[in-house]
Amino acid sequence: MNETIAAISTAYGEGGIGIVRISGELSGQILNQIFVPAFDAPDNPLADAPKTVPANRTMRYGKIVDPTTKEMVDEVLTVFMKAPATYTREDVVEIYCHGSVIALRKTLSLTLHLGARLAEAGEFTKRAFLNGRLDLSQAEAVIDMIRAKTTKSFEVAVGQLEGKLSSEITMLRGQLLDLLVNMTVNIDYPDEDIEEIVYESMLNSLSQIGGEIDRLRLTADTGRILQEGLNVVIIGKPNVGKSSLMNALMRETRAIVTEIPGTTRDTIQETISLKGIPIRLTDTAGIRETEDTIEQIGIARSKESFQQADLILMMLDVSEALSEEDKYIIEHIGDKRTILLANKIDLGAKATLDEIQQFLPDAKMIETSMVSDVGLEKIEEEIQQMVYGGKVSQGESLMITNARQENLLREAGLAIADAIAMTKDAEPLELIEGDVRRGYELLGEIIGETVSDDIISEVFARFCLGK
Amino acid sequence: MKSKTYQMGTYDVIVVGAGHAGCEAALASARLGKKTLIIALNLESVAMMPCNPSIGGTGKGQLVREIDALGGEMGLNIDKSFLQSKILNTAKGPAVHSLRAQADKHKYHTEMKKTLETTPNLDLRQGEVTELILQDGKISGIRTRTNGIYDTKVVILATGTYLRGKVFIGNVTYEGGPNGLSASVALADNLRELGLPLRRFKTGTPARCMGSSLDYSKMEEQKGDEKITPFSFMNDHLEKEQVSCWLTYTNETTHQIIMANLEKSALYGGLIEGIGPRYCPSIEDKVNRFSDKKRHQLFIEPEGGDTNEMYIQNMSTSMPEDIQHALYSSIVGLENIKIVRPAYAIEYDCINPLNLRLNLENRTVENLFCAGQFNGSSGYEEAAAQGLMAGINASLKIDGKEPFILDRSEAYIGVLLDDLITKGTTEPYRVMTSRAEYRLLLRQDNADIRLTEKAYELGLASEERYQRLLLKLKQVEAERERLANTWILPSKANAHLEKLGNTPLNNKVTLEELVRRPHLTYDNLAPLDPERPDLPEHTTAQLEVQIKYQGYIDKQLIQIARFKKLETKRLDENLDYFGIDGLRLESKQKLSEIKPISMGQASRISGVSPADINVLMIFLEKQRREAKA
Repeated sequence: MNETIAAISTAYGEGGIGIVRISGELSGQILNQIFVPAFDAPDNPLADAPKTVPANRTMRYGKIVDPTTKEMVDEVLTVFMKAPATYTREDVVEIYCHGSVIALRKTLSLTLHLGARLAEAGEFTKRAFLNGRLDLSQAEAVIDMIRAKTTKSFEVAVGQLEGKLSSEITMLRGQLLDLLVNMTVNIDYPDEDIEEIVYESMLNSLSQIGGEIDRLRLTADTGRILQEGLNVVIIGKPNVGKSSLMNALMRETRAIVTEIPGTTRDTIQETISLKGIPIRLTDTAGIRETEDTIEQIGIARSKESFQQADLILMMLDVSEALSEEDKYIIEHIGDKRTILLANKIDLGAKATLDEIQQFLPDAKMIETSMVSDVGLEKIEEEIQQMVYGGKVSQGESLMITNARQENLLREAGLAIADAIAMTKDAEPLELIEGDVRRGYELLGEIIGETVSDDIISEVFARFCLGK
Repeated sequence: MKSKTYQMGTYDVIVVGAGHAGCEAALASARLGKKTLIIALNLESVAMMPCNPSIGGTGKGQLVREIDALGGEMGLNIDKSFLQSKILNTAKGPAVHSLRAQADKHKYHTEMKKTLETTPNLDLRQGEVTELILQDGKISGIRTRTNGIYDTKVVILATGTYLRGKVFIGNVTYEGGPNGLSASVALADNLRELGLPLRRFKTGTPARCMGSSLDYSKMEEQKGDEKITPFSFMNDHLEKEQVSCWLTYTNETTHQIIMANLEKSALYGGLIEGIGPRYCPSIEDKVNRFSDKKRHQLFIEPEGGDTNEMYIQNMSTSMPEDIQHALYSSIVGLENIKIVRPAYAIEYDCINPLNLRLNLENRTVENLFCAGQFNGSSGYEEAAAQGLMAGINASLKIDGKEPFILDRSEAYIGVLLDDLITKGTTEPYRVMTSRAEYRLLLRQDNADIRLTEKAYELGLASEERYQRLLLKLKQVEAERERLANTWILPSKANAHLEKLGNTPLNNKVTLEELVRRPHLTYDNLAPLDPERPDLPEHTTAQLEVQIKYQGYIDKQLIQIARFKKLETKRLDENLDYFGIDGLRLESKQKLSEIKPISMGQASRISGVSPADINVLMIFLEKQRREAKA
């Protein structure tokens, strides 16, 4: 039988409220044993083995009390939700404690003593999926939602959860099914009085479906950046204005989210949200030739940041001539996307901007002055343009946000492309059918659904066939 | 009062029923050296065709080739008794080319009976089996109505549509088997008592009429192929004066008669409880469900070379006789029709195939094998395929050897058995090419390459058959080599290519490249290739497919490799599914009931979701790691 699981469902750290969640058969029982409602309630949980089921979907105020020591652990709100209309489709209990780590831990440990087991990471969602409450893409969306670092990516995840991806895929599958049904009838019932399939109309349908799949797939890049964040590295020789830039960008943020794990000490990293895009800003020490071993270590780390960068903000003090150090840095940028920041423009440009642009002809140049607040908006616009690139309009939240989905879409797209090529060459029908069916099944895998009997059932529903 | 019984003999295998399944089962078993008895209610019904006078068709033709490749009899038998031969779907690719032959029903029967009579290790008997005798839950014998007891190790049930058969013509209904033969009732009751899960299916057949009463001038003639393709791989070449079929259509009048009398039909009158196949509806069903269709086609087919009786294909019905006459005579060309045998519907008992294992052995009664329409299939070819597999596996079971199982990537037979046994069926099941995921590889032209060697190892394919296969493979390879090294100059080729409507050459090419071109075939390139050896049809067909479709075949082979991975992940028969965390209850029940032998089979069980398969895989992996530790 399925074990009852429990976990602290809110993030580790201080907060006003913390939630302990329990899912499984024993949820109600466990609740009754540790929760004492404040007002006169018909159920007195501390008397004997509690057999009453707590009231369904009623939020109650009271205390968590250790049944052995009779000590109060916390003042709480609790709710019991009866299966199957719950997140996991099992009985679910949620206990809203104060956000104290100690209270939460103690409450959790009480549940574990009374028969629950500590949930593994993602186990509640796993049960939701296994119990059919979520399909595969929805389950993935929940994970994404939890990890969403900005409101934009949260919206995307919610959109997916609401089944937008599922419905888009289902629609495409419906269109493919129509094609497959017609092909099947033509292949298996050649004698029947049925319209021969016309290659031209098949080509139209397939092209249209193929285009749709490609469009969905292209949203993958944008989607991924929204989930994982854009890596932006700021480079430039000392005193060129990098710190001011950092501060200016951070002032612009609407929300500062979690620290990035694995940061190096020689670089400063902050995560900001810029127009809904999570950005990991890294301010590096300058890089240059040096004998100093300690500095070399720092420089090695900076170069490492370069590797990870999606975008480099190269800052130059244009009130001075281009220095050797500047040139050294430019050489090491390589082919990364770069925005050149010609800073201290308020002091008048000594190095001509054209000259600088020569070194990095592909980079966009923005004149800035941190001191006079010039150029910041342009930087933000540029970054936004990079991410959204006009491929996706603002406000569209249907995006493919993980590699698995993108991969399946890519393969489905290839299968349909093969089918299109063969249709153009007027190849035999059953060869084309093979690729169309493959596309159909791959799309099904995205939403966790592949049934091959659909086609045959549809065939008989739509056509009058046979003896 | 219990009559005294008497001992009638001891056998290794007893086959109950001599239809298409029964015959293949008995022949396979006897040829594998087992002492076999085939017993039927009436020996006039050996290999009887109660319905369509034809063998083959889409999907079915492939089955017949596979049966033949495995050393079965159907292909050889139809080659001896056909009236017309045609390959369907020639406008499409070779994966769906399907051979179909119109049969002389009586000849088909007599030829098969001759074969049964002359096969060593095989006895025939006319009689009614009324009871299966068990000892310790295992088959030990059978009992007949005349109180004979036969001892046996294995019984193969191939009872077709005879079990508690009930015939329906309008509101007249009576107990009976197909075509005026008797039903088998006692055995049905006995099987129920043994706890076998039986259900009721139905099928129907159209009327037969006198060909001389029809006006063929109003119909469209349907001729056979000019070049006859034999069914059996043992026949290189067949000559025959072919007979034609005729095409005509129903019309508004026909439809009106049907709609006006719908409640008189046994089906619509609610008398029939059995479930019929969706793809084989009666004409009243067709007209009723597809009311906007202005006409339905039907074919007039000869029943035999020595008779004037004709079969009215696509127009089965369970209407009363007088309505039948009105119906048929409303059709163009049939105005003066003389009906000889009325159309009827028939209901019968059959088993839920989920009750069987992949080797066709019954799960409830050991050493009981089941084959044919009794398993819920429909069609002579489907029955014969099962009969063959049952016969082979009965013999293997007796010898204590591993069962012979074909998977979905090896043969249509594999698809058929897996569909029946793993997924079950809610209506009489018919094979279609769309049911095969690897249709590109399961072609009628390569059945021997896929299967004959296996049959040779079993001892069912003769040395001659095996040598033919080896020769074919050698010839194909040699010819392919020759084609790849024979260059054709534009000057020699272009006139002919233009005649065929194909693009002319700019440079010289090999013959192989020419064959690969769409719309060119090995045959139609013959004028450009005077040196070519005289190769049999089977060889050149194979050659052509290989040249034209290598790329696609390779693609599908990759898919098959993936499929095989799951198929070869074995599952223990005694796995306790109820003890596995994370499986849904429905899956646990289904898995425990069907006891799949592989992860692949498990994934095809209805009610088992991809998520459940994941859970299973994780569980097995955990087990494996724990065992290692």
